[in-house]
Order: sequence, then structure tokens, then C-alpha cells
Amino acid sequence: MTDLNTLGLAEARDLLRKGETTSVELTEACLGAIDAAEALNAFVHKTPEIALERAKAADARLADGDAPAMCGLPIGIKDLFCTEGVPSQAASRILEGFKPQYESTVSQNLRDAGAVMLGKLNMDEFAMGSSNETSTYGNAINPWRRGNDEAALTPGGSSGGSASAVAADLCLAATGTDTGGSIRQPAAFTGTVGIKPTYGRCSRWGIIAFASSLDQAGPMTKSVRDAAIMLEAMCSTDPKDSTSIDLPVPNFEAMLTGDIKGKKIGIPTEYRMEGMPEEIETLWSDGTAMLRDAGAEIVDISLPHTKYALPAYYVIAPAEASSNLARYDGVRYGHRAKLSQGDGITEMYEKTRAEGFGDEVQRRIMIGTYVLSAGFYDAYYNRARRVRTLIKRDFEQVFADGIDAILTPATPSAAFGLGEMADADPVQMYLNDIFTVTVNLAGLPGIAVPTGTDRQGLPLGLQLIGRPWEEGELLNTAYALESAAGFVAKPAKWW
Amino acid sequence: MSIDENTAARVAKLARIKVEDEALPALASDFNRILGFIEQLNEVDVEGVEPMTSVTPVRLKRRDDVVTDGNQQQKVLANAPDAREGFFAVPKVVE
Repeated sequence: MTDLNTLGLAEARDLLRKGETTSVELTEACLGAIDAAEALNAFVHKTPEIALERAKAADARLADGDAPAMCGLPIGIKDLFCTEGVPSQAASRILEGFKPQYESTVSQNLRDAGAVMLGKLNMDEFAMGSSNETSTYGNAINPWRRGNDEAALTPGGSSGGSASAVAADLCLAATGTDTGGSIRQPAAFTGTVGIKPTYGRCSRWGIIAFASSLDQAGPMTKSVRDAAIMLEAMCSTDPKDSTSIDLPVPNFEAMLTGDIKGKKIGIPTEYRMEGMPEEIETLWSDGTAMLRDAGAEIVDISLPHTKYALPAYYVIAPAEASSNLARYDGVRYGHRAKLSQGDGITEMYEKTRAEGFGDEVQRRIMIGTYVLSAGFYDAYYNRARRVRTLIKRDFEQVFADGIDAILTPATPSAAFGLGEMADADPVQMYLNDIFTVTVNLAGLPGIAVPTGTDRQGLPLGLQLIGRPWEEGELLNTAYALESAAGFVAKPAKWW
Repeated sequence: MSIDENTAARVAKLARIKVEDEALPALASDFNRILGFIEQLNEVDVEGVEPMTSVTPVRLKRRDDVVTDGNQQQKVLANAPDAREGFFAVPKVVE
């Protein structure tokens, strides 16, 4: 039998149902893989005791029959999720030592479904970054390399640890969160699947907040089928999150027929960026051809305000972050700076926040503070919110015209080297989210699917964007694309 | 719009983040680059467009204004850097 940690959720579930393996065996295989993969720095807090205890409970539940799909399946949890009694620090020094007394709704849903938590996963600090280089734990490393070149590559960000862990088979799947592309970009960089559902599908309760009007949780998996299974387990209507939607959660897996005949797929002109690498162009046109061959109708569409999505995002997200992160003041949890004689409460706040937040987080808090400050609120914040309305309207228009899904590249390049962007100005790093950020601004579901490799053998992904609340249909289109692309490459093990 | 060191210092103060004087020029220059990028928004005609308040066309849910939780003092204080006698403790605020 293949190593159990290399299985996907669906395969492992089926083996558990047939009694051919146990949750304890699956969990032990993953724990072993995690211990052997320190070099990837993906898991930053391991919870083997919790994992084995839950695996035993899951085996008992499976033996009783009637266990949910996720029962007994070992997964990793991004450090942004509050997990009861287990460090949850958003990869920030300011939350050092913080152990939540409660469990986030999404991780509770997974726990209730019987999923086994293996530990917490590395990420960019407060999910602010596209390369996992802003983490207080240090960089997470991509298991993929450029051929025989040993240079360490980024797994992307902010859910870099989740992407690395799934791609390297340290777990069967992982949770991620996505504010501007933080699930889809790392998925594309690691040859894995990542879906950000419609805003409101997953409860945000207990997920450490970055930009509340944009944040959504979602699964990061080895296949589209796995994404369907895990997303269903993560979604719920939650009275603790007033933006959580009151809609039934469909059986997403049952919607994977692979039949997309007659579906209209939009190809947005504005995503054909100047200077786009030829490999990305080719990937995109190949993907378009695959969907056409599968019976879909390809339609050229226009989303005229695309260009303004990133600048609008870099007003709205920092503005919300500056407000959300005001709570880290050294009083109720986490780090408090050592004070000098005579320091008062203001010095305590200022020193604590200077020591606790990294450079990028400080930068974004201050940009947010600036755009919300008296005299600039209208010029920056309100203008950005108006532009956001226009961006959403662009999508509403094409969906009203009968488009079922939109196909775009997921990222402007393959994974880049860690440190390669160190001297670039912050805006260069922000451009990583150019294809993904519109989806957050419009609150839509988006999924990244690996469909090819670049000439150095690194994975590349395409993004499909769906209509609001129609994750099932989106997953089915992604399933058709995945089947046609037949991407099966795995990173050669060096760690 | 160009941000000088004084403005950078004022923003840092508003954000309650201590920034040393020698770090201000680099911070101001970062702000200028980011705000320069954001300035593109001025090209968009937003006349008559409402600022977005909710991305989904759903009314925020309401609930009855009743106590649903409480009596968790120990849990609330469990992570405090300094908790004494059932309270969060901070440096002296009033002389």
C-alpha cells in the first residue's frame, strides 16, 4: 500500500469505510511525515497528543457507522484559526503565548465532523503577505524546486504553511484563509487546489481578523473532490458571525459530474496584463481549450474596473486591519513590552505594538490609519469603497449576461525564490494578488486548480470564478478542468 | 500628495506604534510609494456611485438584546500579561 500520508481525503475516507485502514494509522503516517519535514517549516505547533486522541475517537465512531465524510481524516490548521488550548498566534510575535479558551467555528465544524488536527500551520503575519516571509516563525518552504537548483522557493502566502504541508503530503488537507488571494496564490505555487467560497459561506468567528469585509476561510487540498468534501464540512450558518449566510450547505461532492456542456465560460480581456509571461498566456489558452473541448461555450468578456482592484484593496484592507488590530495593546492577551521607569499606558501601547508587530504589519496598520484619518477619509477610504461597488457591478453585469464562470490565471508567475523580493518595494509584492483580489472585493467564490508546469518544472494554476453561492457549480467546472488537465506531478522529495 | 517625516510620525502616533526618529524617512518613503499606487483610484469616475457597505445583499442579522454568555472571568483573564484580583492590570493611568 502507498504511504498513507500521500492519500487525498476521498481516498482515505473510502479506505476507512472499507475498514482497510484506521484513523490512527493515517494520523501516525502524517505525524511521521511532519517530523521528517522540519526543513519545510510548515507545521509550527504540532499537536500529536490531540491528534492521536481524536483519531482513536474517530475510529470508534467509524466502527459505530454513520460517521461524516471528514471523520478520521488528519488535517492541518492555519495558525490564524483559534484552537482551544493550542497556540494560535497568526504567526505574530504580538500573540506569543496566546492559547485561546475557545475554538473557531470552522475548526469546531471540522472537529465535530471527526477530522483530526495534526497541528498549526505557518503563514504570513496576520495573513499579510504573499510569500510567507513575514512570519514570526520564519519562512515556510515550498517542497517544489526549480529542477536540480537547490534554491529555496516560497510556497506563496499568506497560507504558505498550509500549501507546503499539503503539497509535501504532511497532511491530507489543510485549512486556509483568503483576504486577497491567500488560498488561491499558494495553491497555484504548490500544485494544490484551493477554494475561497462566497463571502459569508464560512463563519469568520474565531478566525483572527485581518480585513473583515474580505476574509473567508476555505480548504486547501490535493484534488477538487477533496475541496468539495472539506468545504461542505467547514461551511455553516453561525449566529456568532452576523455576516454568515442563512442558506443550506449543499452536498458539493454530489455535484461533481464533470458535465459542463453548454456552460458559458467568460475570458476577461482585462486580465491579459501587459508583460504577462508567455508561459502564463499558454497555460491560460490551454485551459480555455480544455473547457471548450469539454463542451463549454467560451465567451470574451470585459471587467472594465479590474485595473483598480489592487489599489482599492490596498485602501480597504489596511483600513480594516488598522481597526481590527487595534485590539493588540498588551492588556488582554499576548505580548506586553517591558516598560521603563515612568512609562505610562501610552508608552505601553506604543512599545508593545512596535515590538510585537513585524514591518509589513506595521506598515499596513499605519497606511490604514492614514486613509481613515480626518481629512483623508473621503479621498481614500470612501473613494475605494465606491470603486469596490463598480468592481462588483462588473461581475454582476457579466453574470446577468449569462456567464456561468470566469477563467483567469491564478498568479502572474510560478513560485519565486525566498528573498528574491527583499529589495523590491512593497507594491511589487502586492502585484502577486492581481488576478485574485477582485474576487474578494466582489465577495465571489474562486478556486485555483493546477493545470500545468513552467519550463523549470514548477506548477502553475488557473483560477475559476463563480457566481455567488454557487460553489457547487464552480467546483464542478473546476473538476472538469482538473480532469482535462490531468496534473499529477509531485515535488521530488529532498527534505 | 507627499508624506513627510512629520506626517509619518503623526500617523505612527495615531496608530500607537513607536517608531524611532531614524526610521521615519524610510517609513515616509514607503508610504509615498504605496499612496502613489493608490492614487490611480482618482482616474475612476465615481460620481453617483454608493460606497459599498456590504458585499452580499443580505441585511445584517439581528438578535434579541439579551445576555447569552458570561461568568467566565477566569477564561477571560487566562491570557492576560498581567491580571490581578480578577482584573486586567495596566500601568498607572491617573496620578
